[in-house]
Amino acid sequence: MAQAAIELIGINKSFGAVRANRDINLEVARGTIHGIVGENGAGKSTLMSILYGFYQADSGEIRVGGKPVSIHTSNDAIALGIGMVHQHFMLVDNFTVLENVILGAESDALLKSSITKARSELDRLEREYGLEVDPDAVIEELPVGLQQRVEILKALYRGAEILILDEPTGVLTPAEADHLFRILKQLKDQGKTIVLITHKLREIMAITDTVSVMRQGTMVATRTTKETTVGELAELMVGRRVLLRVEKGQSEAGAVKLSVKNLTVKDQRGVTMVDNVSFDVRGGEIVGIAGVAGNGQSELLEAISGIRHAVSGEVMLDGKPIDLTGKADPGELRDRGLAHVPEDRHHVGLVLAFEENENTILGYHDDERYLKGPFLDVDAIMADAKDKIEKYDIRPANPRLKTANFSGGNQQKIVLAREMEQDPGVLIVGQPTRGVDVGAIEFIHKRLIAMRDQGKAVLVVSVELDEIRSLSDRILVMFAGRVVGERGPDATEGELGLLMAGVEHQEAAE
Amino acid sequence: MDMFNAIVQVLDSTIRLSVPLLLACLAGLYSERAGIFDIGLEGKMLVGAFAGASAAAVFHSALIGLGTAILISVAFALVHGFASITHRGNQIVSGVAINFIAAGSTIILGQAWFQQGGRTPALQPGERFEAITWPGAEAIRDVPIIGPIYAELISGHSILVYFAFAMVPFTWWVLFRTRFGLRMRAVGENPAAVDTAGISVAWLRYRALICTGILTGVAGAYLSMVQNGGFVKDMTAGKGYIALAALIFAKWKPVNAMFACLLFGFLDAASIRLQGSPLPLVGKVPAQFMQALPYVLTVILLAGFIGKAIPPRAGGVPYVKER
Repeated sequence: MAQAAIELIGINKSFGAVRANRDINLEVARGTIHGIVGENGAGKSTLMSILYGFYQADSGEIRVGGKPVSIHTSNDAIALGIGMVHQHFMLVDNFTVLENVILGAESDALLKSSITKARSELDRLEREYGLEVDPDAVIEELPVGLQQRVEILKALYRGAEILILDEPTGVLTPAEADHLFRILKQLKDQGKTIVLITHKLREIMAITDTVSVMRQGTMVATRTTKETTVGELAELMVGRRVLLRVEKGQSEAGAVKLSVKNLTVKDQRGVTMVDNVSFDVRGGEIVGIAGVAGNGQSELLEAISGIRHAVSGEVMLDGKPIDLTGKADPGELRDRGLAHVPEDRHHVGLVLAFEENENTILGYHDDERYLKGPFLDVDAIMADAKDKIEKYDIRPANPRLKTANFSGGNQQKIVLAREMEQDPGVLIVGQPTRGVDVGAIEFIHKRLIAMRDQGKAVLVVSVELDEIRSLSDRILVMFAGRVVGERGPDATEGELGLLMAGVEHQEAAE
Repeated sequence: MDMFNAIVQVLDSTIRLSVPLLLACLAGLYSERAGIFDIGLEGKMLVGAFAGASAAAVFHSALIGLGTAILISVAFALVHGFASITHRGNQIVSGVAINFIAAGSTIILGQAWFQQGGRTPALQPGERFEAITWPGAEAIRDVPIIGPIYAELISGHSILVYFAFAMVPFTWWVLFRTRFGLRMRAVGENPAAVDTAGISVAWLRYRALICTGILTGVAGAYLSMVQNGGFVKDMTAGKGYIALAALIFAKWKPVNAMFACLLFGFLDAASIRLQGSPLPLVGKVPAQFMQALPYVLTVILLAGFIGKAIPPRAGGVPYVKER
């Protein structure tokens, strides 16, 4: 075995009463890609934050290149050649690529020499690793895939030999993720050591050499990737067997509940995002919209749910039109049986500063179930919240806890519980399992299928192709604002992939 | 020619009136670019004015006055920093508190020390900054056009006026050409990026606030030691707030800030000039209307004429390391 680049020995870390890391031992060999998998809240990010100097371990030892080191700040980590690509990019949005790269690594008090140096260094990195990016581009104008590349460049510019990537593909399209993996392989070939934190097992299988599994703050196993299977890893992660593909019966499609005709939506800049889209969703079926992120799915969802102004076309809910001026009364749409689980639960779906029970009635707070005269009926709300917590297995089971303190998967369950329990006729769901761990994904999928089996019309938009394929009875593929094809649930990944990439569907069918 | 002389005079007073605004506006630029809202510009100018005039009167030196003004103003800036950076307090509340302390303490201390109803003693020559006459100013005063412009507009101001205008390109250079400026802009946009790059967010923000304190100190000294021959209670008269408005109007850019402050200064100068004289079309208007005009225009400009002003994104939010 090659020499260890990083060794963590007996790392412990507690936040108050929560033991985020217990007696963690980890050894990462030089020049390898090492995956760390685990559900949300398993302690992966905490462990890496300790390695990067963001937190201090309560006890334990860190060795880099065989030597014991103490890492108190990010600076110490950088000096030891450790670089980190955070899940939420640490970039200054209105700075150029160049400015972001030199920030904190300037050579002297004036910028001139740093900029010259960085320019030639970026040029070299670009040639060596294929990390192409325009050094003078402003970050906020770059797609996320390129922004991530800037993060990698930042780390390499600082001389990183060990690169930690925290959930790097969470924000990427499948094509961007593939490109990232090619870059990572190239970095590995050049002798860099890479630690990849993720909860997507497919990525682990595709790219890592070894993989460690974390569960509830402990390191439960380390495997050589070639000698393990997705099933084994999933089981290790959640401590029980999980169904990666949810069982479901044949759909019994009924009457058309939601009908979209010739819908066209433009964004603020006047660019057409949804281009003359038409489709129906019947009761008792799940229609999935697949597509690379940014091909108009978000805008389509927003227009249908009455949030965004549509230029032309119509949307009928149970045969009656929805106001498409972008000023639809959301309360009225709810009354008409349209429930919406937005893509962005942090900004649209929840008020993170509210307690859990308050979020479970958000938007339905003027429903008489929750009212006692003009006042909120606190007892009824609490009872309702507890009921949903139990039904949806929301953890921790505390309706008074601030919503921000729930993990991503549990936050999503709060939104789903709220919308599904209103017994809507039509359910629109954007990215049902984004940032959600394996156990919760299974649960959410089962719930969605249960909704379908009750005869509801379900529209799902997701950038996870697996999810679309396992849930949908019909799959619509969007590309550049248009629906470019419709397929059954048995469509192959390759076929859908070609459609998503904009290859004409005649060719794709061949 | 009368008309021309009148215009030169209005422009001359425009310059004089914009100087305190410009200094305060640049002061605010440093702190807001670093992500700290500073509504306490007003208070810091006021303590600077008071400390400057008091020290100058006691020690009979304009320079000691200026130094004291800067020292006290920086001290107040650090108090703001201690509350809002170290203790992550609300920046608006801290700023307002500083304004109150400044308004109250200057009067009380002034009365206790000098017994002149809150004023400081009138400053004698040598205790205040005198106008600097440029070489040849008197000689060419009578040359048409160029003469009055050179003698009135360019020559004949105190050193602090030239300092204020020199601070504009200097601030631009600091912001966009130095490491400190790059980091300061970054910390106002995304402190987490600065933190993960291994730079101390708190120390960076403190340094920005020290710059703010220095400039508000000079602004205060200008009010009490140049524009006026001593400190008068509440002599800042809302200039700190107008400077904040100018900062938004200027979209947090130094050169824009200069033009914004000159515009506000001009409105002020014009309103003084036009008081009591009849206007074409409308005739004579009450003096109060003319005095209100700059403020009315401020509201109109800010409401509709500047387009989209995007403040530094991390402005007003204390940085907490937890993710």
